[in-house]
Amino acid sequence: METIFLIDKTVIAFIAFAITLLIATYSTYAERKIAAFMQDRVGPDRAGPFGILQPLADAGKFFFKEEIIPDTSNKFLFIIGPGIAMLTALMTSVVIPWGGSLNLAGRDIPLQVADLNIGVLYVFAVVSLGVYGIMIGGWASNNKYSLLGAIRASSQMISYELSMGLALIALIMITGTLSMKEIVEQQHGMNWNIFYQPFGFLLFIICAFAECNRTPFDLPECEAELVGGYHTEYSSMKLGFYMFAEYINMFISSAFMASLYFGGYNFPFMDSLGLSQNAITIIGVFVFFLKIFFFIFVFMWVRWTLPRFRYDQLMRLGWQWMIPLSLLNVFITGLVLLWYDK
Amino acid sequence: MQLTNRSKVVSNKEMTAAEAAYIPAVLKGMAVTLKHFFKRPATVKYPEEQREFSEVYRGKHVLKRDENGAERCTACGLCAVACPAEAITMVADERKKGEEKLYREEKYAAIYEINMLRCIFCGLCEEACPKEAIFLTKEITPSNYEREDFIYGKDKLVEGIEPSLRIDVSKRQDR
Ligand code: SF4
Ligand code: SF4
Repeated sequence: METIFLIDKTVIAFIAFAITLLIATYSTYAERKIAAFMQDRVGPDRAGPFGILQPLADAGKFFFKEEIIPDTSNKFLFIIGPGIAMLTALMTSVVIPWGGSLNLAGRDIPLQVADLNIGVLYVFAVVSLGVYGIMIGGWASNNKYSLLGAIRASSQMISYELSMGLALIALIMITGTLSMKEIVEQQHGMNWNIFYQPFGFLLFIICAFAECNRTPFDLPECEAELVGGYHTEYSSMKLGFYMFAEYINMFISSAFMASLYFGGYNFPFMDSLGLSQNAITIIGVFVFFLKIFFFIFVFMWVRWTLPRFRYDQLMRLGWQWMIPLSLLNVFITGLVLLWYDK
Repeated sequence: MQLTNRSKVVSNKEMTAAEAAYIPAVLKGMAVTLKHFFKRPATVKYPEEQREFSEVYRGKHVLKRDENGAERCTACGLCAVACPAEAITMVADERKKGEEKLYREEKYAAIYEINMLRCIFCGLCEEACPKEAIFLTKEITPSNYEREDFIYGKDKLVEGIEPSLRIDVSKRQDR
């Protein structure tokens, strides 16, 4: 039993890993296509039909590019930086419930690598580790621009993590659990959390933009001021790792938003269809990925719409608006809960 | 002068509460980009598709030959004088006996060069030429890796002798 359990989990972990990488790769393609369409252009269309092979060509190019390690940088930290960024980006996918459970050969296999009872907290812990990858990379480059980018990234991520956490506390007050699986199961059918926490969701999505360093909060890498931000000195696949980590983060936060606020793999009328458990699960996985793709699209849509914030505006928004508003959200949620308890 | 009716008077007034909340403006912006998402792209996929050229497009120059295949240019230098970009240089030479087939006049341009990086394709050289020797064509000058390769000598400018290689410039002649 133990070994079978281990095999199940390993297989699911590997599939989740592969899917994450695949989606991150193709997010680069989607980003370029979406940018092009929004600017009335065509986008990459030379590699394969509709340019569908473009990400592979890009990856191949990354491998063959010259690897430059600056003389004055701290070599060990310089090399480990992108690795940490990548590792932390990939670690968060562990607690995301990709679907219900499949019934294979009389065994129930939940489509989740680990159902931690503190799943949400775990994600938070790992996401805040992500700042180390950026900070170490920027510091070790021994370059002003990199360092500035890294400092911006860390202060921005720390500031917005606060209000992100507060937005989540309001949600957790409603659900009463920190386990991702239970949160998703509570939203069975159409009972999604977005209907109880619309304002909390708005706060959360804004913080998610800041956490992923996406426009309008992409100050860590703003090309106009900092050359390339924390990865100015990076080349070849190490640069690729940073960019990959960014896209993985985007994918994971989309998955996170979909499962916390938009019902995860739940879809309306899932009970009245009269399908078997396995069929429901498989449809659920598809629905879940549809929701994720929608959020990835929103990420890109916003990126190609809005200009960048100024740094003081970013900080003012974070500390003077987001945190008080999320505190207010927690307060009101608490009042409403008390009211209904009576 | 008012060019379009889209101009707005800029004001530095305080933002209203709705404006300061950003969200309505953000949604408005997103609606604009979404509208463009479904618009037809304006791209012309260049090597396969080409934009339509005007009949009198001013592109790469050609040095014409006369009906017998002799070069028309007599190296008078008027084009070089007329050129506002100083793109044209030439070296004149005297026609030897037996070269009547090659050059129409007694003097001809041994070297004739146009620097395509300097040229602004204004067509003044064509207007200045008394011998109807130089014309601008519909062809465009291709990109290149080296600056030297943009200096076009006679090898690239003079049209071929065979009738099939002649370049039709009648559209620019009867202006
Ligand atoms: S087209 Fe104008 S700029 Fe170009 S060579 Fe002729 S006169 Fe000079
Ligand atoms: S192209 Fe015309 S204007 Fe120029 S040198 Fe020759 S004959 Fe004179």
